[in-house]
Amino acid sequence: MITEGSLFFFSIALFCIGIFGVLVRRNLLFILISIEIMLNAVAVLFVAASSIHNNSDGQIMYLLILTLAASEVAVGLGLVIQMYRRSKTLDVDQLSSMKG
Amino acid sequence: MMTIMAIPTTQILFYIAASVALLSALLTVTRYNAVHALLYLVITMLAISLIFFLLGASFAAALQIIVYAGAIIVLFIFVTMMLHQGDVTIKQESQLFRPGRSIGAGILSLILFFETMFLLSPLYDLSEAGVSTAVSQVSVIGTKTIGVNVIGAKEIGLTLFGPYLLLVEIAALLLLTALIGAFHLGRRHQEDTI
Repeated sequence: MITEGSLFFFSIALFCIGIFGVLVRRNLLFILISIEIMLNAVAVLFVAASSIHNNSDGQIMYLLILTLAASEVAVGLGLVIQMYRRSKTLDVDQLSSMKG
Repeated sequence: MMTIMAIPTTQILFYIAASVALLSALLTVTRYNAVHALLYLVITMLAISLIFFLLGASFAAALQIIVYAGAIIVLFIFVTMMLHQGDVTIKQESQLFRPGRSIGAGILSLILFFETMFLLSPLYDLSEAGVSTAVSQVSVIGTKTIGVNVIGAKEIGLTLFGPYLLLVEIAALLLLTALIGAFHLGRRHQEDTI
């Protein structure tokens, strides 16, 4: 028997860890990893809601989140490779060529 | 529900899995070496998969392992192997990320965390914020236990290809767009123009 509150607690804590990662890291690869953690936190919430209401709609949304995560990672890693080819670093603060 | 509580094995397993997931997620965002971070991320995914299984969502648990731990992490590891230059990269990364300087971001995340927990806790009365009573029932959360409602692959398939057929089409379109975008972005350009 898992209580609802502990599930919400877990999901919010995971999401906040992801936000912390996005705020703290300056490496583009680690920012992508943190976004993955945040997406996972939301996925946990959807599956938990599906289990609470005994309804499969939440898991359908989980499938959509999975698809979204896969496409996001593919495009994001393409950007990482392109950035490394152009500037030889993954530091996002170096991307200042559009600075006015 | 149950008058005689047996040993709540599910609960203990959930707490262990949740602690492992949170700990390894925290280790993921604080590592210098990208490969170590990815290995901790795999552990996070496996722990979340175990939680899905405990919730009765066995199909989601299988997908979590197959797609996340199997496909997405492998993609990450390939890119890391391409860009990793051993000690040089780790030294660069320790210049970029200093735990001492991340206190501000940590405090901000903690404020966000406690604020959301307060909104969900019984201490906060939604009716005083002007929310209608139908919504305010949500605020008494935290004590209700969840029985294991097993939702199998058959039920998901029937729902997915019944009322949610449009969602499958949208997902297919999304994947095609990502494929074309990733192909275009990852291509090596001969001349230095985009």
